Amino acid sequence: MTTLTTRDTADDQSVGAKKSGGFTASAANYIDERTSISGAVKELGRKIFPDHWSFLLGEVALYSFVIILLSGSFLTFFYQASMAEVVYEGSYAPLKGIPMSVAMSSTMDISFDIRGGLLMRQVHHWAALLFVAAIGLHMLRIYFTGAFRKPRELNWVIGFILFILAMAEGFTGYSLPDDLLSGNGLRIIDGLIKGIPVVGTWVSFLLFGGEFPGTDIVGRLYSLHILLLPAIIVALIAMHLLFIVVHKHTQYPAAGHTNENVVGYPVLPVYAAKAGGFFFIVFGVVMLIASLFTINPIWNYGPYDPSPVSAGTQPDWYIGFADGAMRLIPTGWEFVWLNHTYSLNILVVLVVVGLFIVTVMVYPFIEAWITGDKREHHVLDRPRNAPTRTAIGAAGVTFYASLWAAASSDIMATHFHLTMEGVIHTLQVTTLLGPFLAFFITKRVCLALQKKDREIVLHGYESGRIVRLPGGEFVEVHQPVDEYERWKLVSYSDFKPLMLRPNAQGKIGAAEKVRAGLSRWFFEDRITPVTQTELSRAHGDHPAEITEK
Amino acid sequence: MAKDDNGAEHVTAADSPGAQLATSAASTAVVTRDSLVNPGFPPHRPRITDLDHKEERKAERTVYTLFYVSIVGSVFAIAAYMAFPIVAEDPGSVRLNNLFIGLGLTLALMAIGIGAVHWGKALMSDHEGVDERHPVRGTEPVRARAVEIFQQANEESGFGRRTLIRNSLIGALVVFPLPAVVLFRGLGPMDQDPVALLHETMWKKGVRLTMDPSGTPIKAADVTLGSSFHVIPEGLSEMGHGRLEEKAKAAVLLIRMDPNDLTEQEDRKSWSYDGIVAYSKICTHVGCPVALYEQQTHHLLCPCHQSQFDVENHCKVIFGPAKRALPQLPIAVDAEGYLIAQSDFTEPVGPSFWERA
Repeated sequence: MTTLTTRDTADDQSVGAKKSGGFTASAANYIDERTSISGAVKELGRKIFPDHWSFLLGEVALYSFVIILLSGSFLTFFYQASMAEVVYEGSYAPLKGIPMSVAMSSTMDISFDIRGGLLMRQVHHWAALLFVAAIGLHMLRIYFTGAFRKPRELNWVIGFILFILAMAEGFTGYSLPDDLLSGNGLRIIDGLIKGIPVVGTWVSFLLFGGEFPGTDIVGRLYSLHILLLPAIIVALIAMHLLFIVVHKHTQYPAAGHTNENVVGYPVLPVYAAKAGGFFFIVFGVVMLIASLFTINPIWNYGPYDPSPVSAGTQPDWYIGFADGAMRLIPTGWEFVWLNHTYSLNILVVLVVVGLFIVTVMVYPFIEAWITGDKREHHVLDRPRNAPTRTAIGAAGVTFYASLWAAASSDIMATHFHLTMEGVIHTLQVTTLLGPFLAFFITKRVCLALQKKDREIVLHGYESGRIVRLPGGEFVEVHQPVDEYERWKLVSYSDFKPLMLRPNAQGKIGAAEKVRAGLSRWFFEDRITPVTQTELSRAHGDHPAEITEK
Repeated sequence: MAKDDNGAEHVTAADSPGAQLATSAASTAVVTRDSLVNPGFPPHRPRITDLDHKEERKAERTVYTLFYVSIVGSVFAIAAYMAFPIVAEDPGSVRLNNLFIGLGLTLALMAIGIGAVHWGKALMSDHEGVDERHPVRGTEPVRARAVEIFQQANEESGFGRRTLIRNSLIGALVVFPLPAVVLFRGLGPMDQDPVALLHETMWKKGVRLTMDPSGTPIKAADVTLGSSFHVIPEGLSEMGHGRLEEKAKAAVLLIRMDPNDLTEQEDRKSWSYDGIVAYSKICTHVGCPVALYEQQTHHLLCPCHQSQFDVENHCKVIFGPAKRALPQLPIAVDAEGYLIAQSDFTEPVGPSFWERA
């Protein structure tokens, strides 16, 4: 062990290793002398991560991606991405002797002839559903707590791209078994693409290698699904996590938490134990679901054929909003002009859904422009303390939810004995008006909660104790909150509407006018945080509180 | 308490989030001088495992028991792999194989996870650490040095000065990916005209209507009132290459109705035969098969996006996102009484496309 003494850097690892001596020390020394890894351990080993349940959503997304990679690698050893036609001769009797593609046949073999194959297929599919869901919830958490603010705007964009790529992975994977349902999904994609002006027909022919369905598409989607998209996703996840290290994690407002510190547990040992353990829990839950619940039973659907389709077909949940949007278009939105066909029933869907998701992507920049706030923000907003932002988010969620519900319009109609027309018309209304209603209600609720917070800070919380005063009057005793709890209620950023001022040329630009309008919309009915003066004055008003204390 | 010792200058700032750094003139943030003061960390509360040695021992036992349970789960999964083999043509064996391997693995994974988290929460030190943050932007000397490096590189290479070199390089870099784009032309067939292909199907004069998928020809007499048939052109079921592509265009729904219920246009009166009508089954919205026929109302429903077509009225759209009626296939009866097509469809079937009109 003499080699260790030649290194005089007093890093934790080699010191620790020296003490334990023996194999661990020499192994650590061997690796460090070849990798300089002690530096990384020094930098990252005691890095602090704050604790909160909502921070686990991103972890769920990351872990389900790892599960997808593991189970997917297993599947690639058995799956064959070929659309050549074979006659099925596997173990599943009802489909025996039926012609199908090699892709479908090999997926059937995974399900019915390889032990544990069905389990891995179901783990892969359930984990994929969870992956997109976790990303979505993670994004909502980021949005509603304002974690996308400077310096994290770019990481929001990276995360957004990951969300889109996750959906693309989902769709390409869904299409690989080449069963009836996935073939219908591709048929819809083909129809959508053909509806695009000028290039649609050609793009469809390029994608499918000729007329739909052709014999190329599954192989092409397979390349995207297992090579190109995962490579991009892995690279972007690496960037996403690197940014978390660079920025350090955000934290919720609490006593002792400031914009200049980060409070939590060190990576080694507590965070590693909890996060590492959580990976196994997520994996275990996915495994449990996959052992108990069937997903995508392609043997019930049969191989793809352009002619049959069953009622009540549903896409995987994350495609639902786009499918639902297509269902909500009223009859007749298509016209011919100058000998060309304009399919508004498709274009409007593409444009509206496209605008919606692009708005999600650029929202951090819009808000930053309106507030003009150039500060770094590391302490999260409680959603109520940014009422307009929270209300916009609620409006967006309502819009998305309406589209999503529309993807099940037929199922709702049959389950609840409603007319198809009634369901669609109702959802058309909720899609158009629901967001406004959600905005209004959410904003009012946030403002009310803020007022309640103010009241609690200034006058304490209702203790439930009724006291009779000497004069015969009954009062409820209000208990003041302690200073730690109080800090949680008063520490938030405050903004006022933008005051329009002429620039050096004495003019007010159009952009500034728009900005001022938006700023007024955001902040005109703000509730300011309680100040020291207000607090002392309030205490003066309530001698009863103090005596009860 | 963990301390970050990166050595960058420490930025002091008040605890109030509003008081940090200079707010630019354009900012609408309100900086209150009178805000409350961050009280600092609340006192640390020890856990029961910190106070009670017995509880600590109990937690320790729980953790290692869970890890042993995980080993049991893994072994169980391996045993299940062997004990529950898949028996050919017995779907029940697949279910058992799936269930027991899965449950074993669930146990193996969950026990590790819960054990590790419990270890972290109950036994490891629960003292929170604090790292200091530094502004994300580099420090002034670092930024100055970065600028200097770029300037020096510019100086030494002449990137800014030798504009001809620079611009020609940019040009070359812009142009060089173009061949790759062109190569992708090979994705689509070179010898096909998409527009022409989308305008034609397998149907032509004299082709018999046959059942999907058997390919049996259909006699007009066999089509009873109120019945509907899924139909493909004669010869399609025997096709090897290109069968699905042709089927995706040629699939037809055959329906016999009371001729009095049919409202037919003058020029299309000859397209039906004794109340038997044939319509393209491919939805004019995005191409799903319009496979659901409501016998009572004579409506066809597309299960994908719920477009509804009225068979009584030349399959006009009565609800849903589709715009165009389903194309009608003109039919007749041949000498042997079998249904045949009079011609191909008179318009392209399926979803709209740019060159359609």
